[in-house]
Amino acid sequence: MPLDRSDVDTDQIIPKQFLKRIERTGYGPFLFFDSRYDDSGAERPDFVLNMEPYRGGTVLVVGRNFGCGSSREHAVWALQDEGFRAVIAPSFADIFHGNALSCGLLPVTLAEHQVAALIDLAGEQPGVECTVDLEAGCVSAGDLRFQFTIEATQRRRLLEGLDEITLTLRGLDTISGFEASRPRWMPDLTRAEAAP
Amino acid sequence: MTRRTLFDKVWDAHRVGGEEEGPTLLYIDLHLVHEVTSPQAFEGLRLAGRTVRRPDQTIATMDHNVPTVDQLAPIADPVSAAQVEALRRNCADFGIPCYGIGHRWQGIVHVIGPELGLTLPGTTIVCGDSHTATHGAFGALAFGIGTTDVEHVLATQTLRAGRPNSMEVRIDGVLPAGVTAKDVALGVLRTIGTAGAAGHVVEYTGSVVARMSMEQRMTLCNLTIEGGGRAGMIAPDDVTVAYLAGRPFAPRGEAWDEAVAAWTQLRSDEGAAYDRTVVIDAADLAPFVTWGTTPAQSVAVTDAVPDPESFSDPAERESAARALVYMGLTPGTRMEDVTIDTVFIGSCTNSRIEDLRIAAEVMDGHRVADGVRVLVVPGSQQVKLQAENEGLDRIFLASGAEWRDAGCSMCLGMNPDQLQPGQRCASTSNRNFEGRQGRGGRTHLVSPPMAAAAAIEGRITDVRRFRARVGQAVP
Repeated sequence: MPLDRSDVDTDQIIPKQFLKRIERTGYGPFLFFDSRYDDSGAERPDFVLNMEPYRGGTVLVVGRNFGCGSSREHAVWALQDEGFRAVIAPSFADIFHGNALSCGLLPVTLAEHQVAALIDLAGEQPGVECTVDLEAGCVSAGDLRFQFTIEATQRRRLLEGLDEITLTLRGLDTISGFEASRPRWMPDLTRAEAAP
Repeated sequence: MTRRTLFDKVWDAHRVGGEEEGPTLLYIDLHLVHEVTSPQAFEGLRLAGRTVRRPDQTIATMDHNVPTVDQLAPIADPVSAAQVEALRRNCADFGIPCYGIGHRWQGIVHVIGPELGLTLPGTTIVCGDSHTATHGAFGALAFGIGTTDVEHVLATQTLRAGRPNSMEVRIDGVLPAGVTAKDVALGVLRTIGTAGAAGHVVEYTGSVVARMSMEQRMTLCNLTIEGGGRAGMIAPDDVTVAYLAGRPFAPRGEAWDEAVAAWTQLRSDEGAAYDRTVVIDAADLAPFVTWGTTPAQSVAVTDAVPDPESFSDPAERESAARALVYMGLTPGTRMEDVTIDTVFIGSCTNSRIEDLRIAAEVMDGHRVADGVRVLVVPGSQQVKLQAENEGLDRIFLASGAEWRDAGCSMCLGMNPDQLQPGQRCASTSNRNFEGRQGRGGRTHLVSPPMAAAAAIEGRITDVRRFRARVGQAVP
């Protein structure tokens, strides 16, 4: 699904009123809320998410600095709940990029001209299929073939479906060892002399 | 011995051994928690049968959802109420101190950390909130994380993170009259753009920064994320030590002496190399106001709304054109001709005692313009109390402004303090994205004295001219 905008911020992706939820799922209907619906709640016919055949797309192609703004991971959840599995852009905001990897939404960085080519293709051939292959590190759509890289340990974790906390807890002894050598002036919530 | 930057030193000191490749496992000294980005993290712990590893290094508060009026009454919005209640329950279940609604230490998470002496130089601090960069003013490495990472920190007290690059932003010279830390921050963003610091930790240096108070340094570091920076840092010095001495959680006795000795060593080595350097001349700074929908889209208050065609980059041109439609502005309109109907003085950027003092100074003896609604929201209950002891609340109330309880308030429309569609606000907060303060709401980011002047005049106003006209000295 092509979205020819740059600096798409996290407020655009999911406005704050939906961050009040305590659930981890169900954010799909709120994705791109203000662009997607008008004031009466009706779908805006000219927004790509509401247009056939882009509706139901699983690969979002968008402009630079995608996901800038807040650290809200809900932005990733909304994309995933609405069916997206990968986002292709010339660049991503750092926090969004990390959140996406954590959740298994694949952030694919390509050069500006490559992203532009994909957006053009989607416009010329609506409904053209785009394949993102993590194993091969390749994006293909129509006659276009572009290579991409994901940091090696993240790539392995995603391909093997590993739980990051479990991995870290295997090294608990090392963490405890580190703690034993920290200076005693470090923050300590038991320290306050005046009891609240 | 390689010469290292401040960032290098703090990063290196927190690497937990054991990783051969890939992202570093970083130890986290302080984890700040609030109600919005934590419920799913605690739920994840429960589902996996895990506990919080270091409750003694974890602190929670309620700030985003809380009403700023009748704060002790039940929250009207049931979804907000549920989220706040979830935090209370999670803290009780997992043994985490919670300075929530009704607690004398409650407030915006990035205001209470420093004022309680929890934010310390040379530490790593994380929070599920992008403005965590604020704490970098103390020479801490502080950054925002998502909910999955929040769960990881709760479970392990560590975070896996790729090492960012380092960037120096040096601000030298003497600030012109009327230019505040907020304007310095907006000036930096104008120069580097919304992604100018992406992938970097920014260290702010230079004579202007050295002369700043801690609160001013916090304002500057706070806006680092708006330039895409991973974190912002300022080396600790005597000003830092003086601020922290005696605070509730600051170290005491011998531990304090050890701390001060360590902190005075904590700065970038002479000749240390940064991956990127940007130099800003203080003389080029002015009181700024945003016209667009990113914090980088600003001009000096004496200037006009720019013409999108004047931008050379096509993406910037398009972004500017779109922004002007949303903001309802025409190119060439003088900023000082833009009328406003709302003023918000608050947020983790500008809601500390010095911000309130300068706003009160501007407003003292004047009435808010007809039809303008002014919200003054102190950043914490402690700031509120101090402001009341200084009589600032009486000044705000006498002028016709509203004096509120502490919370994030109108910075982002998650609580009752919101803009209606089409309303236009002069705001001391950090973001002017579309819909940020309420769907269809229009935000102009400014400093506290600029917001105060706008409140009196009912339009964006050059606070220097206002103060000269009414006979106030311009600091």
